[in-house]
Amino acid sequence: MARFQGIDFYDLDALFSEEERMIRDTVRSWVEDRLMPIIGQAYHKHRFPTELIPELGELGVLGANLPEQYGCAELNNVAYGIIMQELERGDSGVRSFTSVQSALVMYPIYAFGSEEQRTGWLPKLASGEAIGCFGLTEPDFGSNPAGMITTAKQTSDGWLLNGAKMWITNGSMADVAITWAQTSEIGDVKGIRGFVVPTDTPGFSAKDQEGKLSLLASDTSELVLQDVELPDTAMLPGGSEGLKNPLMCLTQARYGIAWGAVGAAMACFDEALSYSKERLIFDTPIGGKQIQQVRLADMLTGITQGQLLCYRLGRMKDEGTMTPQQVSLAKRANCDMATNVAREARRLLGANGILVEYHSMRHMANLESVYTYEGTHDVHSLILGQALTGISAF
Amino acid sequence: MKVVVCIKRVPDTETHIRISETGTDIDTRGVKYIISPYDEFAIEAGLRVKENMEGGEVSLLTVGASEAQETLRNGLAMGADKATLLRADSYMDGLGTAKALAVELKNSNAQLILFGVKAAGSDQQQVGPMVATLLDLPCVTGVSSFKFGDTVVICRREIEGRVEVVEADLPAVLTITKGEYEPRYASLKGIMAAKRKPLEEREASFNQSGIRIEKLSQPPTRGAGRILEDGPDAVPELVRLLREEANAL
Repeated sequence: MARFQGIDFYDLDALFSEEERMIRDTVRSWVEDRLMPIIGQAYHKHRFPTELIPELGELGVLGANLPEQYGCAELNNVAYGIIMQELERGDSGVRSFTSVQSALVMYPIYAFGSEEQRTGWLPKLASGEAIGCFGLTEPDFGSNPAGMITTAKQTSDGWLLNGAKMWITNGSMADVAITWAQTSEIGDVKGIRGFVVPTDTPGFSAKDQEGKLSLLASDTSELVLQDVELPDTAMLPGGSEGLKNPLMCLTQARYGIAWGAVGAAMACFDEALSYSKERLIFDTPIGGKQIQQVRLADMLTGITQGQLLCYRLGRMKDEGTMTPQQVSLAKRANCDMATNVAREARRLLGANGILVEYHSMRHMANLESVYTYEGTHDVHSLILGQALTGISAF
Repeated sequence: MKVVVCIKRVPDTETHIRISETGTDIDTRGVKYIISPYDEFAIEAGLRVKENMEGGEVSLLTVGASEAQETLRNGLAMGADKATLLRADSYMDGLGTAKALAVELKNSNAQLILFGVKAAGSDQQQVGPMVATLLDLPCVTGVSSFKFGDTVVICRREIEGRVEVVEADLPAVLTITKGEYEPRYASLKGIMAAKRKPLEEREASFNQSGIRIEKLSQPPTRGAGRILEDGPDAVPELVRLLREEANAL
């Protein structure tokens, strides 16, 4: 296949700044040269390509929108989104790694951490020398994190954490786990606090989630915290608003996912379009059949709508006017669009579409997770429903 | 050491080239432009000189329209320190470009002037050696790697069937080809820093062309392949065609 040139039917390039385009081109080249040649096999072998982490650090994509003083690139949020789009054009697992590191580990340390926590962790996380994970979801508490039963009890000189976390991206390879725990009565949304937990702390353990059929090139783990003793300084001091604080992190991550999903859809469309011109059936390219042209037109329409949503959302985030509900709409719409585009691309590819050397089925399987995590499609429907009617339907 | 790298803005090598209505230029609509890939090798080589010597300066120089600022900023994002655009809005041939560059380079104090071995856009391979001639400097072309002696640069050239090692007095002009200098990715921090690096634009002091492009046309489209037959029975006919038709044997 020719090098990926992007999909830009509405000339969004004209709206991006020169730096934003340069960032896009750089990450796109890196994905093409470094990720694409290995991702199929990594996925097939259920392996996250850890050898690429230092390169991601060197490129500067980890925590890319955080300040330079902590070793980050201090990009705007549109550029951050573009990075997520390009990484997920490669694979959702690699974008998930970057999202978690950036939005769910580095962002809370930056936003709620002490200066000591910031200077201690952020430069290492930016370079990829340290890896982080984010523990909020529990086996029985996914869409309803307020009910979490992981507890943090105050001791004479710190905190004692007990509990379990599930579906944790980067969990087994992490050096640090941003762990959310209940410091008050179970169910008290104000009692939820974040802790910076080095994963070599006694009592902390992680194990791989077995049996996945999606996000195979990603580390998904279960965390167990058994009498994990932490000093007072482990708590994120600025995170005193209870559940709102981890939800602020999720807004950051969901923002990136809205862009990422577009990237995955672009990859599938690009593959399908190219295949449709080359694959001959009854002596003519399948792209000459009306049924495939309808497929391609639908895919392009969805992608273009998704791109415009992200572009506007990003500019609002940079202006400081973006609301979490707007992020919900984009995450919900774009993940839904991308799952449809990936499935239709896979179908257009016929039997070849089930092979790992083509990318659409890998994206299709990945996107089922992306559709589900960081607020399921249905939860985002309820968030929007509540915003519209003022009535909570959770 | 002061290094100047001369670069050119060219259409992305992945671009599908269309001829404009005038028939003497390409249709630039929708065309994405990049640093000529050979010039990226030269930038990488220049950056490594600076890094290995732990000091010095790498500046970029180009002749072209104002849009070439973007190309220069790409080079600054890779790590070059400053850049100059000599603006020339109309087509310039190799000699015109070389004259414009030479005027600029004459008083630059550069010890090393690097070019890509050729521009991916026009493939003329003229400008580097012409600049060297105009400045009366030694020139080594097609350099795949180089190192420094006391007052010389020692260059490796991979030529037909052998490797040639050439020594040239400094200052010198080298044209760089694919070899040791796999270009680095511009880091995102580098891209942001590029905005703050000095980039000067001024009129090229020479803006004439002695040659004109008469006509551009698309190369003939490649015909479809032929399948003779499956299996060993096809071999004699294949050999005959390779010998008589393709003259490959």
